[in-house]
Amino acid sequence: MSIRLQQISKHFGNTRALEPVNLDIHEGELVGLLGPSGSGKTTLLRIIAGLESADTHPRSGKILFGDRDVTHVHVRDRRIGFVFQHYALFRHMSVYENVAFGLKVMPRNRRPSTGEIRARVFRLLEMVKLEDFANRFPAQLSGGQQQRVSLARALAVKPDVLLLDEPFGALDAKVRQDLRRWLRRLHDELNFTSVFVTHDQEEALELSDRVVVMSNGKIEQIDTPETLYRHPANRFVFEFLGDVNHLEGKVQNGILTCGDARLDVDLPDGHEELLLRPHELRLIETPTAHAHLPVTVTATVPVGAEVRVELEADWLANPWLATIRHADFERLGLTRGQRLYVEPRRWHRFAQQSPRYSPSPSTA
Amino acid sequence: MKPNVLKAGALKPNGLFRSGSTRVLPGFGLSMGISVTFISLVLLLPMTGLFGQLAGLSLAQYWAIITEGRVVASYMVTIGAAAVAALVNAVFGLLLAWVLVRYSFPGKRLLDALMDLPFALPTAVAGITLATLYASNGWMGRLLEPLGFQVAYTWVGIALAMAFTSIPFVVRTVQPVLEDMPIEVDEAAMSLGATDGVAFRRVILPHLWPALVTGTGLAFVRSLGEFGAIIFIAGNMPYETEITALMIFVKLQEYDFAGASAIASVVLFVSLALLLAINIWQGRFIRRLHGGKG
Repeated sequence: MSIRLQQISKHFGNTRALEPVNLDIHEGELVGLLGPSGSGKTTLLRIIAGLESADTHPRSGKILFGDRDVTHVHVRDRRIGFVFQHYALFRHMSVYENVAFGLKVMPRNRRPSTGEIRARVFRLLEMVKLEDFANRFPAQLSGGQQQRVSLARALAVKPDVLLLDEPFGALDAKVRQDLRRWLRRLHDELNFTSVFVTHDQEEALELSDRVVVMSNGKIEQIDTPETLYRHPANRFVFEFLGDVNHLEGKVQNGILTCGDARLDVDLPDGHEELLLRPHELRLIETPTAHAHLPVTVTATVPVGAEVRVELEADWLANPWLATIRHADFERLGLTRGQRLYVEPRRWHRFAQQSPRYSPSPSTA
Repeated sequence: MKPNVLKAGALKPNGLFRSGSTRVLPGFGLSMGISVTFISLVLLLPMTGLFGQLAGLSLAQYWAIITEGRVVASYMVTIGAAAVAALVNAVFGLLLAWVLVRYSFPGKRLLDALMDLPFALPTAVAGITLATLYASNGWMGRLLEPLGFQVAYTWVGIALAMAFTSIPFVVRTVQPVLEDMPIEVDEAAMSLGATDGVAFRRVILPHLWPALVTGTGLAFVRSLGEFGAIIFIAGNMPYETEITALMIFVKLQEYDFAGASAIASVVLFVSLALLLAINIWQGRFIRRLHGGKG
């Protein structure tokens, strides 16, 4: 079922939580709402669910599930499944009773027979790999298992849309990774429309078909993870989606200077701030004709497939971070205190006045 | 079970109290010692005195005193009124706790503070106030009498006084549990299609059940022993509106200390048995919520 939001806004008292928002989510899509805390992403999700009502003044927005206008439909009649960050399981009920709850409370004319309920619950428990835990109580399960129960419970009523509020936020890193992949598989299998909220960029990029990046109650960009990363709509999106190194200085005759650092740039004269991704920095032993950026290595941390190198210099207000391959790390024989040069493969720049300015990534 | 721990304890003669070297939390000896002394002085010593008084009675005498017709009638009145008061409090105490936790409104703090008033108020003050209000010429009595409701000097008055003095037990036991219950649980039930009534009955109430039973039980036990608030409104007619606490008082006035102790011991046993039963039952329920075998 597709979801369409038209001019949805929300105030809490006098504070604006959401500016008027328009959003189209296609049938079968898995969409992530990504943003820092206070960006309005959870509010937006709760409005879609019907757990929060959107502003009706000065004018009322609209929420459509497919062709059905659900703007004024109560949460219990919206046919949604909602998964909470802290599971919100019914602690006095067994796993089986939790999953069966939504079916058992259906009005008698729609309620499946006891046998059918049993069959459906066990099918769901099998799907979330918890069929052996049907008689356990929530407190006897790990966090990851509880979240799977909560997901099965939400799916039991065959909702039109599945909404997840930071579903993996309370779990530790390894479990989170597993559950993420598992949810993605489940989604591809069952093909329901779902929206989830997260503040974790990696999670949003890995899991979503499209990501909605939000800040301060506004939607900054809606795109596929790929496009988002390669063509951020503005500086906020760029900075939020990964580590960023800053280079600030004066440009004169196509050369940016900052202390004893120099970099050839193809920009008009004036004050400039360039943004550089850690993996777009190359470490070299001698400066090139285009770039003279002397730095000192202050820390090296091997993380997975790459090495994170922390760099400092007199001309830098904040240390830089570079990620390099193990092969380069060994070739350069990097040690703390070593003096090197940086050659940026690429840099990015956004207009200063407007954070919503279109991107102008260019190659150095 | 951990057999090795048990064995280590068994090897030492004083395994339970002498484990200072292995215990991480400090102060066990001192705090336990002070607690036991305090409990002995305040609780156990007076109770021993009570049983000391009983020692002067033969079993037959004891039985005769506690099964005397007027005394038995007082049990009926007390238990009946206390049960009604406790049930009324269970309903309204739950409602009050709900209002205090789930909504915000002007004067909420004041209402919250008012809840403790029955604890703080001298019970005699409450008794006199209620008696004045519900007497046939009192504010409430004047309105109720023509309708056929007589409150003062009937068991309804007794139940009313009991309800007044024991309502904080229900509110104060349910309130923290309700506060701890995340609102998401409610929302989850609704998102699954439950109506308000179903969500309350099948999700919220079971959650509050142990606290509600405990609070109601405490209110009941408290009502069994209430004296000051009741005697002014009860009328104290033998076989009709005499409560057990009054029977004890009457015996005392007759300098029949052994008789008073005998009746008091009945109240004590009933209260103790009830409290113990609630505790055991609640422990079982809570183990289930927190992941023990249930």
